[in-house]
Amino acid sequence: MVALLVAAAAAVAFVVVFWSGGRRTQLEGALLALAFGGSGVGLVVWANHLIGGGEQSEDRTPLRATPEEIRELDAELGRGEVIARRVWLRRSAVAAGGALGIALVSPLRSLGPSPGKQLLHTAWGDGVRVVAEDGTPVAAADVPADGLVTVFPEGAVGAADAQAVLVRVDPSLLHLPRGRDSWAPGGLLAYSKVCTHAGCPVGLYQADSHELLCPCHQSSFDVLRGAVPVSGPAAWPLPQLPLVVGADGLLRVSGDFSEPVGPGWWKA
Amino acid sequence: MIIKRFLRWTDDRIGGTKFTRKALDKVFPDHWSFMLGEVALYCLMVLIATGVYLTFFFHASAQDVVYTGSYGPLRGQHMSEAYRSVVGLGFDVRAGLLIRQVHHWAALVFLGAIVLHLCRIYFTGAYRRPREINWFIGLALMLLAIANGFTGYSLPDDLLSGTGLRIAYSVLLSVPVIGTWMAYLAFGGEFPANDIISRLYVIHVLIVPALIVGLLSVHLAIVWRQKHTQFRGPDRTEDNVVGSRLWPTYAMRSIGLLLVVVAVLAALGGLVQLNPIWLYGPYQPASVSTAAQPDWYMGWLEGALRLFPSFRIHLFGYRVPEAILPAVVFPTLTFAILFAWPAVDRRLSGEVDGPDHHLLVRPRERPRRTALGVAVLTFYVVLFIGGGQDIISQKLHIALDTVTVLLRILLIVAPIAIGALAWRLCRDLAVEPPPGDGDPDDVGRDGGSDGAPDAQLGGSAARRSSTFSSASARSSSSDASSTAISESSAPDAVRNSSSSLRWIDDT
Ligand code: HEM
Ligand code: FES
Repeated sequence: MVALLVAAAAAVAFVVVFWSGGRRTQLEGALLALAFGGSGVGLVVWANHLIGGGEQSEDRTPLRATPEEIRELDAELGRGEVIARRVWLRRSAVAAGGALGIALVSPLRSLGPSPGKQLLHTAWGDGVRVVAEDGTPVAAADVPADGLVTVFPEGAVGAADAQAVLVRVDPSLLHLPRGRDSWAPGGLLAYSKVCTHAGCPVGLYQADSHELLCPCHQSSFDVLRGAVPVSGPAAWPLPQLPLVVGADGLLRVSGDFSEPVGPGWWKA
Repeated sequence: MIIKRFLRWTDDRIGGTKFTRKALDKVFPDHWSFMLGEVALYCLMVLIATGVYLTFFFHASAQDVVYTGSYGPLRGQHMSEAYRSVVGLGFDVRAGLLIRQVHHWAALVFLGAIVLHLCRIYFTGAYRRPREINWFIGLALMLLAIANGFTGYSLPDDLLSGTGLRIAYSVLLSVPVIGTWMAYLAFGGEFPANDIISRLYVIHVLIVPALIVGLLSVHLAIVWRQKHTQFRGPDRTEDNVVGSRLWPTYAMRSIGLLLVVVAVLAALGGLVQLNPIWLYGPYQPASVSTAAQPDWYMGWLEGALRLFPSFRIHLFGYRVPEAILPAVVFPTLTFAILFAWPAVDRRLSGEVDGPDHHLLVRPRERPRRTALGVAVLTFYVVLFIGGGQDIISQKLHIALDTVTVLLRILLIVAPIAIGALAWRLCRDLAVEPPPGDGDPDDVGRDGGSDGAPDAQLGGSAARRSSTFSSASARSSSSDASSTAISESSAPDAVRNSSSSLRWIDDT
């Protein structure tokens, strides 16, 4: 009884607190808990001590049918044999049902566009300027040593597949894959920011070990060697952008990423 | 009075008296482990009630807006309308934060109760014939609950949940042949196409809840029809159910439990903050927060993604995506094995056409099954821990790679070691001579030994063993129950005892 009375009081208090306004989440939660908890404890105590009633036993009745009943059911089912006898009618019905099923699921196609070749390329291309997250062009001098700058292609700021990171390293340390010798003017490197493991942004840079780190499942990539994975679950390097420094000192690229960005699908 | 008048009125029209009478008389066994399913049910009720309230304020739209609400730090920022509406729930709707947090806490407890319920069913053998259907339905419910948890978690469109969606998109991409199509159709185009939030919303508030409620109704109807299982004990046989009647004892207790569940969820939702999305900020594809963890029930998948070693495989000239093994094949296998388990278990115990089981076994009576279950659980717990491997590395100042390697080793060693330990423990407990019962091969052995080992099990042991001893006083120990079994279904009982011996002897 005490519990139930406490519950009633708490419920009233909740109403008062709620109507008096303000954000008092803790108080409201505690009062509600008291109101429900009091009632609950009250009921359980009541059930256990005042009603009791001891242990009762109830028999299980078999759910299975008797052989007689099964025979009767089989006889009823037997009436359907006229259906089975008309083989071609039955097959036509199956064909109609199947075709109808396909017809009914085909509107699912409207849910999205065809993937086509969209996954293969991004907004980067020959001559596109490199801009920062606020849309301003990035000059080679803007990139701090040991720092990391998130960049986009001009005209596509915020594009999820085009996001890239810029880092600056000592050029003498570089071991880029063959054919990329000119991609890192003055030790500037641009890699896709989309992790090749499951697509998170590779947002952390450890300058002393020259590693980009993905915070989702802790893959790390060595920027000196073309961002090959060093540890963690990612297996493929981050695609690289061919950077160029223009006469005005602003950064551009001479083409799209070295490979399609992001985690793989079953591509050839 | 009014209730009686109402019952009379309905009986005149649809004739419900017979059913109502039988229903009120129905007996429910009272063991604490049977409450887990009820807790899940009551969490679902809370989820639906609070969820409906949330729909009044939530806007499922990816439309870009500028925040002008009452939370200072976000003012002037671009965000989706969905995110803005959830921030508004926290700062501008009275009791909005409370209801939102209760909803989220209820989701966490809901899945916890489901998993514990599943463990109870497994370790006591309650899934055995004739209850396989409910094992399957229960698994489907668990899948749907996980799905709804994930879709709900993704709705606010904050930085954390957006990152989760990005991973989900990658996982879809990794499916062979149809992967790119699946991802494009689900999201409405290349990530982060604008349709996903509104689609997840319909899935979250309509499609999955409807499926859950429908399947749950069948689940409960089957429990009702088949009646509950019960533990062995004096007076408890394969042919009866011993416990409390629905009316009034069981009903009062169960409603009491409902109220206590609501109380706990209200306390958690009011006092323990979770998912403070206003601190995470709105989702932007190029931002990410460190130490990002999903809700606990996704932890095993997070761990799998983190601990699975990297690989480069080409199959038929195609590059195999990394996500497919840990995030597609592994969860598929997990559920395939769970679904197949009743059939596998029938093979193992030589009960292909076996007897019906209404009496539960205690985990220690089936050392091999218990050890297997413990080992599998350990495996998933290690995966779960692996989902926070970066935090462990930070807290313990151990290099991240070392933690990963250690966890990989643990993933294989720990299940074997702890499984073996569980097996030993079961054997030791099981061979303990039952007091006052000489013949260990007797079926009644399990019933007769109840008094002592039950007390060791803890939980509600005190209350229960007192009911047991008073009951056994009435029925002169175990003889009564064993004769009851052999009289009514002799072949079953005999097979039953031999099969239970097989589980123990084969080990
Ligand atoms: C079946 C079990 C359900 C689970 C496991 C579940 C889980 C969740 C979770 C984890 C969230 C994120 C909450 C947060 O922001 O921290 C959420 C949000 C939401 N849920 Fe549910 N939910 C369920 C059922 C429902 C139902 C039945 C409705 C409505 C009819 C609903 C409506 C909502 C709405 C509108 C939101 C977005 C608002 C917000 O995030 O605060 N949910 N749900
Ligand atoms: S997404 Fe980067 S490690 Fe998984």
